Amino acid sequence: MPIPKLTKLRKAVFNPTMRRGIISIVGILAVWELGRRLHVPFFGAVPAPSEVVGAAGDIIGDRKFWTHGMTSFTRVLVGFLAAQFIGIPLGLAMAMNRFTNQLIFPPLEILRPIPPLAWVPTAIIFWPTTELSIAFVIFLGAFFTVVLNVLRGARSIDERHVRAAASFGSRRSDLFWKIVLPATLPSIFTGMTVGMGITWEVVVAAEMIAGKSGLGYFTWASYVGGNYPQIIIGMISIGIAGYLSSGFIRLLGKLATPWQRRI
Amino acid sequence: MPPLASSSPTTDTIAYCARGAISIRNVTKIYDPDGVNVLAVENCSVEIAPGEFCVVVGPSGCGKTTLLNAIAGFHDITAGEILLDGRVICTATHTAEPGADRIVVFQNGALFPWSTILNNVAYGPIVQGKSRAREARRLAESLLGELGLAEIGGRYPNELSSGMRRRAEIARALINDPNVLLLDEPFRAMDALTKGVAQEFLLRAYDRVRKTVFFITHDLEEALFLADRVLVMTTRPGRIKQVLNVDFERPRSFRVRASRRYLELKAEVFEAVREEAIKAFEAGERELT
Repeated sequence: MPIPKLTKLRKAVFNPTMRRGIISIVGILAVWELGRRLHVPFFGAVPAPSEVVGAAGDIIGDRKFWTHGMTSFTRVLVGFLAAQFIGIPLGLAMAMNRFTNQLIFPPLEILRPIPPLAWVPTAIIFWPTTELSIAFVIFLGAFFTVVLNVLRGARSIDERHVRAAASFGSRRSDLFWKIVLPATLPSIFTGMTVGMGITWEVVVAAEMIAGKSGLGYFTWASYVGGNYPQIIIGMISIGIAGYLSSGFIRLLGKLATPWQRRI
Repeated sequence: MPPLASSSPTTDTIAYCARGAISIRNVTKIYDPDGVNVLAVENCSVEIAPGEFCVVVGPSGCGKTTLLNAIAGFHDITAGEILLDGRVICTATHTAEPGADRIVVFQNGALFPWSTILNNVAYGPIVQGKSRAREARRLAESLLGELGLAEIGGRYPNELSSGMRRRAEIARALINDPNVLLLDEPFRAMDALTKGVAQEFLLRAYDRVRKTVFFITHDLEEALFLADRVLVMTTRPGRIKQVLNVDFERPRSFRVRASRRYLELKAEVFEAVREEAIKAFEAGERELT
């Protein structure tokens, strides 16, 4: 039936939350545009939204821009996946086994506060190619968040569930696959979502320092080349890419943990 | 089987070959957190007959849950022994692993939130390797149907009311065909009406399977409504202070709650528990000052 569907759509678009969000974004754009036009100090030098939109028309049609986007996306994906493949099992192993935890936790805690960008020089020296260095820095950005979220999630598992499972005659493998893993799944996805956000932050900075492609490089090169509207386009593209990637992970998380639906 | 030294009338009526006899013999449990010895249970003995519905009441911290956890295999005891059908399951040096022969239903419920009710119920048979997943689910489905819970099989625990969850949990315990059901204040924090329905559900389930039940509660009315025998425990250190035989016929109807005998028993158990509650209260006051 088309009518209820339309009502549903209308509700999704015209609810107060959406309305306020739109008003806020439009407001910011208006202030920015006026600031530029009226030559308000600081604002005067930044290209106005109208100029950015004008420049965006050309850039969006340019294949090179999309190549930069794909390059950054690929780097994020590689670093992010590596962080999951290593971080999730490591976090679980640390939660399940005291020995592993005692062994891994101290170095982890020392390395964790080092900002990923501080790793860039070492990464460049260590890895044979720039590409690997960048992927490694991205990996670090997500890795610690993932490990700590998984560890915390698996540790805070409800003792009653473990006891109940034991009472039903679970083997150790059942306990892991059927109790610990599903109980930790929400934390795993929290770690993934936060980690995804960090990878985008890191990829750009890494590309500004090293690398000849990607959205971060594109932004920095625009500045060096004096093309100011492009700087803004680079920034906004990164913002949108990060938002979409995190949203995708959140959606995956929702699908994977159906019991967490709100009622 | 050795003859059971018990004053319970049910020991005479139920054949000894039935399983689920619990012997708690001179059990003492001392907790030792941070070097402070806490004597939770002292020299406590009781014989529970196969198929008996045994309810333990007593003030908070009197060691009811300690006994239950020891029977379940969650921790050891300091002295004495606990036997299940003549087999030693808990002593100072040996604690048998928790197992599906004695299933616990926990105080605040322990359904797995990530599984549907059907998968929760089917969990036991699957991990025990008794049946394949599909078969276990079919078994769970038919059990839920028999217990009048067919329509909640596809729901997750957090989509259900606390009363429904508790019923589902009892079903999850029953599917394992345990010899003993250990229930630790399962209906705590329920409103009176829901509690009544849940109690009747448990009684119907009990009438069907007649497994030994070890049930802990603070609620004296609940104790009398459900039990064959009510054990009143003393305040810490816990011991059995008094045993009340509750001789209402089964299947039991909620109407027994209005009978004269019920009121007499209630007065008796109330008296016994009140004394202990006052002691516990005063001890608590002392600890605080």
